[in-house]
Amino acid sequence: MLALLTRRFRNLDAADDAVQEALITALSAWKSGIPKNPAAWLYTVARNALIDQIRRAEASRRQLHAAAPELTAHHTNHNEEEEPDLIMDASSLGDERLRLLLLCCHPALDRDTQVALTLRLAGGLTAAEVAAAYLLPEATLTQRVVRAKRKIREAGMPLSIPANLNERVGALLRVLYLIFNEGYLSRGAEHVTRVDLITEAIRLTRQVVDELPSSAEAEGLLALELYHHARSASRVDGAGELVLLERQDRSGWNLAEITEANARLRNAMTHMAPGPYQVQAIIAGHHANARTAADTDWSAIAELYSQLAQMAPNPVVDLNRAVAIAMADGPLAGLTMLDRLTGLNDYHLFHATRGELLARAGRPAAASFERARQLTNNDAERRHLARRMTETSPASAASPGETPGRATIA
Amino acid sequence: MEFMILIHSDESTPPPAPGEPGFDEFMGEWMTYNQSLIEGGHWVSAASLAPTITATTLRRSPGQAPEIVDGPFAETKEQFGGYYLISAESLDEAIELAGKLPMGSGSLEIRPVAFRPDAE
Repeated sequence: MLALLTRRFRNLDAADDAVQEALITALSAWKSGIPKNPAAWLYTVARNALIDQIRRAEASRRQLHAAAPELTAHHTNHNEEEEPDLIMDASSLGDERLRLLLLCCHPALDRDTQVALTLRLAGGLTAAEVAAAYLLPEATLTQRVVRAKRKIREAGMPLSIPANLNERVGALLRVLYLIFNEGYLSRGAEHVTRVDLITEAIRLTRQVVDELPSSAEAEGLLALELYHHARSASRVDGAGELVLLERQDRSGWNLAEITEANARLRNAMTHMAPGPYQVQAIIAGHHANARTAADTDWSAIAELYSQLAQMAPNPVVDLNRAVAIAMADGPLAGLTMLDRLTGLNDYHLFHATRGELLARAGRPAAASFERARQLTNNDAERRHLARRMTETSPASAASPGETPGRATIA
Repeated sequence: MEFMILIHSDESTPPPAPGEPGFDEFMGEWMTYNQSLIEGGHWVSAASLAPTITATTLRRSPGQAPEIVDGPFAETKEQFGGYYLISAESLDEAIELAGKLPMGSGSLEIRPVAFRPDAE
């Protein structure tokens, strides 16, 4: 709805306000009965509010024009041509939604702003919800969104399907992936009331896949998200502690989601347009489809990480590859590779992984676990690392696992 | 010769907006100045830019796609060396056109013109 109104009135900020107002109006108006077509009702109320607002703005603009014509000479006129009231046609709605998502992830906005706008405007979360999800003061988030809306309006950022669509979709997928990752990492933390960013990311990725069925990477990302989501219930135990992939109760994994992810991934790969999300989905698929931890094909996973490193060079990918090598060829082979990596000295999972591999090789690991514990803010991870520090006898060692794009311990 | 005068001022104390007290006096002084340039045969073009919140910077390096940065140009090693005033449909088109400038390394700040007295 926001996408439709923004498109029609070319004013994202005013459209957003109008939708919020319409929702508030609905709260009281619908007490006496919900209308037959609630979406159309809301659309009409929001649209009328916008038209009112434009008429008021036009009136003051005319006044200004009379006073200072040079200031308003090239002011664009708002388009007020009549349209049918009910334009809830699914095909046009989807197209507008994609335009709105692409606008939220416009490269002339910085990354944090893209994430905030995507959740706030395309995802429809409130400022308070987005702020809570990122542990930011609500005022900070609101200010970021206000600034972005102002830039969109005043800098002439268009709500159109861009000529360089592939590039722009790449930026959009990156934002959805970041939102998903944030949700995944916060899972073990104490914030049970946080909005579920994982579900939100999946919902938005589905919209992109629906709109761009030929984008192999969009569908690859959806498969990746579904694989991880399928395992999420088993990642944390009853006491809120992280459970390592190796020790997770596989009967608790969501088979329907794994099945859908398998189908999505197969479909993505028929386009013969490989990319990093598809490769990560294949890796996640190896884990999700292994009946037991011992069934995991770690050699294949190590090879996939090496492909991924070529597509998108990143030390964290190399870290994951070292883990896979350790699982396939033993901890010493993994440690050899770890010791060649640079740029990860401040990354807690580098030290957590090193600790695990040292422990498995029967070598002292406490210093690595302690360094990792100092570097993370996540309470569940901190407790897990403290536990590992005290129990680093080689017999009780557990294995590092994987998350999207980063090595992790759960 | 033609010269460019670059105006730097503090955005945190904006001039009066249209309709606010003092606006007419404020505008009047600029118009008088412009008129004096026109009458003296000095006038070429002038424009005031939208505030820096609207700025987008394109970082150019040889052989690479331009990097788009949200915000104004903030590097002090490079010096202001020229300008284009272009007409474009949208920021996207302006970025595309700026990306084609036949330059090697450097940065291009893109901002909408808020007001230009000699615009038709």
